[in-house]
Amino acid sequence: MNNKKHLFDNPKNVKLLIRILYVTCFVLFAMDLVIHRHTVHPWESFTGFYAIYGFLACVILVLLARELRKLVMRDEDYYDHKEMDDRRER
Amino acid sequence: MADFLPILPFFIVAILTLITRGWLRAVIMLATPFIAAYGLYNLEIGHTYTFTLMGFEMTPIRIDKLSMLFGYLFCIAALLGNIYALYHKDTLQHFAAQAYAGSAIGAVLAGDMLTLFIYWELMALTSSVLIFARRTEASFHAGIRYLVTQIISGLLLLAGIIIYYQSVGNLDFNFIGLDAPGGWLIFLAFGIKSAFPLLHNWLTDAYPEATVSGTVFLSSFTTKVAVYALARSYAGTDIMIYIGAVMAFFPIYYAVIENDLRRVLTYSLINQVGFMIVGIGIGTELALNGAVGHAFADVIFKGLLMMSMGAVLYATGEMRGSELGGLYKRMPKTTTFAIIGAASISAFPLFSGFVTKSMIVSAVLMEGYYGVWLILLFAAAGVFHHAGIKIPYFAFFAHDSKYIKTAKEAPNPMLWAMAISSALCIAIGVFPEAFYAMMPWPMEYSPYDATHILAQLQLLFFSALAFVWLQLAGIYPPELKSVNIDAEWIYRKLFPKVIYSVGNVCASLYTKVELKAERLLQSTQATATEIFGAQGFLANSRSLGGMVMWVAVLLFSSLFLYYLL
Repeated sequence: MNNKKHLFDNPKNVKLLIRILYVTCFVLFAMDLVIHRHTVHPWESFTGFYAIYGFLACVILVLLARELRKLVMRDEDYYDHKEMDDRRER
Repeated sequence: MADFLPILPFFIVAILTLITRGWLRAVIMLATPFIAAYGLYNLEIGHTYTFTLMGFEMTPIRIDKLSMLFGYLFCIAALLGNIYALYHKDTLQHFAAQAYAGSAIGAVLAGDMLTLFIYWELMALTSSVLIFARRTEASFHAGIRYLVTQIISGLLLLAGIIIYYQSVGNLDFNFIGLDAPGGWLIFLAFGIKSAFPLLHNWLTDAYPEATVSGTVFLSSFTTKVAVYALARSYAGTDIMIYIGAVMAFFPIYYAVIENDLRRVLTYSLINQVGFMIVGIGIGTELALNGAVGHAFADVIFKGLLMMSMGAVLYATGEMRGSELGGLYKRMPKTTTFAIIGAASISAFPLFSGFVTKSMIVSAVLMEGYYGVWLILLFAAAGVFHHAGIKIPYFAFFAHDSKYIKTAKEAPNPMLWAMAISSALCIAIGVFPEAFYAMMPWPMEYSPYDATHILAQLQLLFFSALAFVWLQLAGIYPPELKSVNIDAEWIYRKLFPKVIYSVGNVCASLYTKVELKAERLLQSTQATATEIFGAQGFLANSRSLGGMVMWVAVLLFSSLFLYYLL
């Protein structure tokens, strides 16, 4: 195995990437104030509508998915037909 | 003969794969899609080939802009799949893949429904081989379930065709609509293949169990043929707008919590098909172009993502997100290609998904379906979340898995296929005008204006922000070894349970009946022995006098009866 240091082994690089993301988000949000978007739906003209909607959508998606997991998650071998195999053995 | 040049070479080469090997097989597999595309190129728009068979007017070849587009698309998909599949020498898979591609092209060129049905069933059979070819017990069972579903779809189609033919009197495959006789049956048949809600589990069940290259072929053809069929025969059917919205909306939750990364991609496949179904349901020219254009782009970027995950599976033998991670260190090229695929499916500007998906979303907005528009926006953010970030993140980054010691970069054929797919994704994204010129319906549309780009970038970057925040805060659900119950629970758990409990009741009833019958038999036997046995009543010896008396009694009674009557 090579012991070469890779790009994201250095926590600084990870931090840098996340910072770039923060700055990009800030710039994109600020551009909403400068650039006039053509809108069809009244909500669209609301400043930062797409940004806020995108953020909220993902948070809601993940929170609901966590709840869904409580409902539907089972062991990996859930569908392995144990009962049938037992029957066959008997 | 030239009429069949887009289809026949695939079937001929399928047979040739059985008797060739090595570089010769590789050459003919790579040449076939080019020959087919050349055949398609030589046929003019509006060309048909008809003949009469047993009184039916058959049109096995019908060329218009729609069938042409899908024909070329499937040639590209076959070429990419074949390049990818050159890393292995499994004759069975090479054979099945060629026949499958040929059937798919045959299905989209079919001008009558009987021809469509034949190719529909051929696709079912040939594609199932790509699942069985994994040669594991899980893939065997998944393959059987897949085949059963596909055959049911085919039978519904046939039933619909028969009803349709009896009242309409022709088999032409054009607009059908739900009001047509048999229309609902045909709709349902197409609906199964395009993974309508609750009918979708064959896809998430079987595709992840198929072989490494098999999944690439599977994700390219079956659902897209169904999208094509719906676009041709059910355009503008209102109910599809809502069906599509459900398809775009629900699978993303499963995609977030699913552990098998190829299964995550199948859920996102349903989500993408949902966008197409919405487009077909809207039925305007822009929406229909959006639907078929998105199908085109999806074949390439979903194929690319499946290829990259296949490469990971090939390198590690593992597909569970919980067990993978850190592979960018060993598979940098695959990582790059996966990220390009992820950017395309997430519809980043300059990538293919952006120029196709925005057509559908714009059409929805223009037609005033605001609720559906909000759902599609939500789904678009969700796609980025689960396919755009989750897939590359858990496979190639996240924590270092044990495989970073042993994994190797994907073999060259895989890398080439992924490189060409990536190039196509970017080409479509950068030169949308050339792509739009191929669209079947005329339209005026430009995706690259400040409004679209800014809105899309905001949506995506703030989704990424949400992902980062949820990860750092520890809210994001970790990848866990698990399966998630879906509609398939009905036939994978409930049906077997019901069948087995009914079986148990029947078995115990049968045992009871058996016991009763045995007792009855025994007592009958005892009685019989008592009467007829050696010691029985009828075996007694009788005296001669007695016999004479009984004869006299008989004679007397017959005389008496004779006298009376």
